[in-house]
Amino acid sequence: MSERIDSASTTGMDWLLPKIKTMTVPLIGILIFLGIWQMGAPKIVTSLGAVPGPTQVFQQFVGLVDEHKEAREKEAAFIKRQEVRNAKKLEKDPNAVVKIRAYTGKATFFDQIWTSLLTVSAGFLIASLIAIPIGIIAGLSQTVYTAINPLIQVFKPVSPLAWLPIITMIVSAVYVSDSPMFEKSFVTSALTVMLCCLWPTMINTAVGVANISQDLQNVSKVLRLSWWTHVVKIVLPSAVPMIFTGLRLSFGIAWMVLIAAEMLAQNPGLGKFVWDEFQNGSSNSLGRIMVAVIVIGVLGYLLDRGMLTLQKYVSWDKSQALR
Amino acid sequence: MSTKEHLVITQASIDFPTPNGPYRALDKVNLKIAKGEFVSIIGHSGCGKSTVLNIVAGLYQATEGGIILDGKEVNEPGPERAVVFQNHSLLPWMSAYENVELAVKRVFKGKKSKAEMKEWIEHNLSLVHMDHAMDKRPDEISGGMKQRVGIARALAMEPQVLLLDEPFGALDALTRAHLQDSLMEIQKDLGNTVIMITHDVDEAVLLSDRIVMMTNGPAATVGEILDINLPRPRDRVAMSETPEYIRCRKAVLSFLYERHGKKIEEEPEVVEETVETAEEAATEAVEAEASNLVDIKKKVKTEAA
Repeated sequence: MSERIDSASTTGMDWLLPKIKTMTVPLIGILIFLGIWQMGAPKIVTSLGAVPGPTQVFQQFVGLVDEHKEAREKEAAFIKRQEVRNAKKLEKDPNAVVKIRAYTGKATFFDQIWTSLLTVSAGFLIASLIAIPIGIIAGLSQTVYTAINPLIQVFKPVSPLAWLPIITMIVSAVYVSDSPMFEKSFVTSALTVMLCCLWPTMINTAVGVANISQDLQNVSKVLRLSWWTHVVKIVLPSAVPMIFTGLRLSFGIAWMVLIAAEMLAQNPGLGKFVWDEFQNGSSNSLGRIMVAVIVIGVLGYLLDRGMLTLQKYVSWDKSQALR
Repeated sequence: MSTKEHLVITQASIDFPTPNGPYRALDKVNLKIAKGEFVSIIGHSGCGKSTVLNIVAGLYQATEGGIILDGKEVNEPGPERAVVFQNHSLLPWMSAYENVELAVKRVFKGKKSKAEMKEWIEHNLSLVHMDHAMDKRPDEISGGMKQRVGIARALAMEPQVLLLDEPFGALDALTRAHLQDSLMEIQKDLGNTVIMITHDVDEAVLLSDRIVMMTNGPAATVGEILDINLPRPRDRVAMSETPEYIRCRKAVLSFLYERHGKKIEEEPEVVEETVETAEEAATEAVEAEASNLVDIKKKVKTEAA
């Protein structure tokens, strides 16, 4: 090992070594994992056939991409047919009432991904908009904190899935309109996600705000800053790291909860895709579910990275090590 | 109202609650400070000198007695009693300019136009020789520079009383000497009333009109008040040999170490004490070096002549 380093440094390549190391080590890990998977999977035979290995899963992924393209072509063709039909109708009678119908084909895997992302973002955003202000107020006032702390502690450990039936019932009772802006299933999923996002954000924001350095609070007192200026200029920047810790925790939980909620409630999204494939029970099902598992994981990772980038952008302390 | 009655501390006492009942940190502190006067409060660590300052600042409430500034009782913090904190307390997410701006906007909103405010901020930063680094954030400048910005922020509030809480305590001896000179210059120009907490005997003698020496806690109070009759402007090197300087220095040292010396076994912060003596030694060494330099300069001059 040391010889290799020596020879590299003599050729002036020592800057490359750490880079190669950071690139190759994870790759080796992944390759070993894929190898074990490929060898082990065929040995487990289920009623739907043998468990697929990485190659089969990749084939399924390609299949899903093809399906998606096909569906898009069908949709384009449908819209074109409709346009032609409507144009003809108008040609005959300019006053004719033309109907424009939306394409109602089966949602593809990628449509489901999109639905899931949209739902999780909506729930997360609503939760953040509620939790951050409440967290700030609870962090500033010991009384408020003491008042809401028992509620937070009781609701925090409850799985949002336990709320799901209640939310479903409430949404179907309350959210009644002739031309709903959002679908009921979307509202139900988003609200379930919101419920699980509230607590980590709220607690971390409150703790972050409560732990602002005494010196900075004294500065604020000596300047007799107004409540608003105090919050905006001193409290928020100090608490940004803790707020983001809460947000990232929330987002991680939200993504997990969403998939489960979609499976349970048959709401559109990746969870429904997984459930449908499971019920479908074809020889492709296991492979397609595994594609979903990997995509869910990769998306969860990317979402967290996105939050990290946002944190780096918002945080004043650019030197802070974020991970 | 006479000028002697600018700031009056009357029978100020403070109790801090502890599990074993109230702890009397300060007991009946009395002090009258005239307008434009520079007063240092000196004492061993833990004697409650910062507590006195915090009461004047309004950050603590005296349990008994109180503070009157220009005939008005002090009950809460306010920008007319600007504080320079020991560890600068700049907002780390704002540049030097923005830190001062926060204070200026608060104090002069509606009184100064935007352009006037900008000018005033820049003026105050140039007073402390920080105009070249206005757009730097605290983590990009040295400790001494941060403290300069802290002073600029306090000065920019146009305070009636400037409160300095061990402002140079965390700085190295050379930087400290620079800032002391800057502070003397500013005080000469602006004539602020200043109360400074310090544990550095030379700093107290060099800067103050009067030195308030505090006894050790619990129930610390004003032990003695020493008038410094040194002419201004003061030059640290030239002054260090004068009999008045030596007398004042000796008076403070004898108060602190002979009459109110802390026994080592009682001292919880032995390390800090050693650091202080080490710092004093360092300051002395620097001053000796400085006077050497003056001698050398004189020699060079005479030789040149």
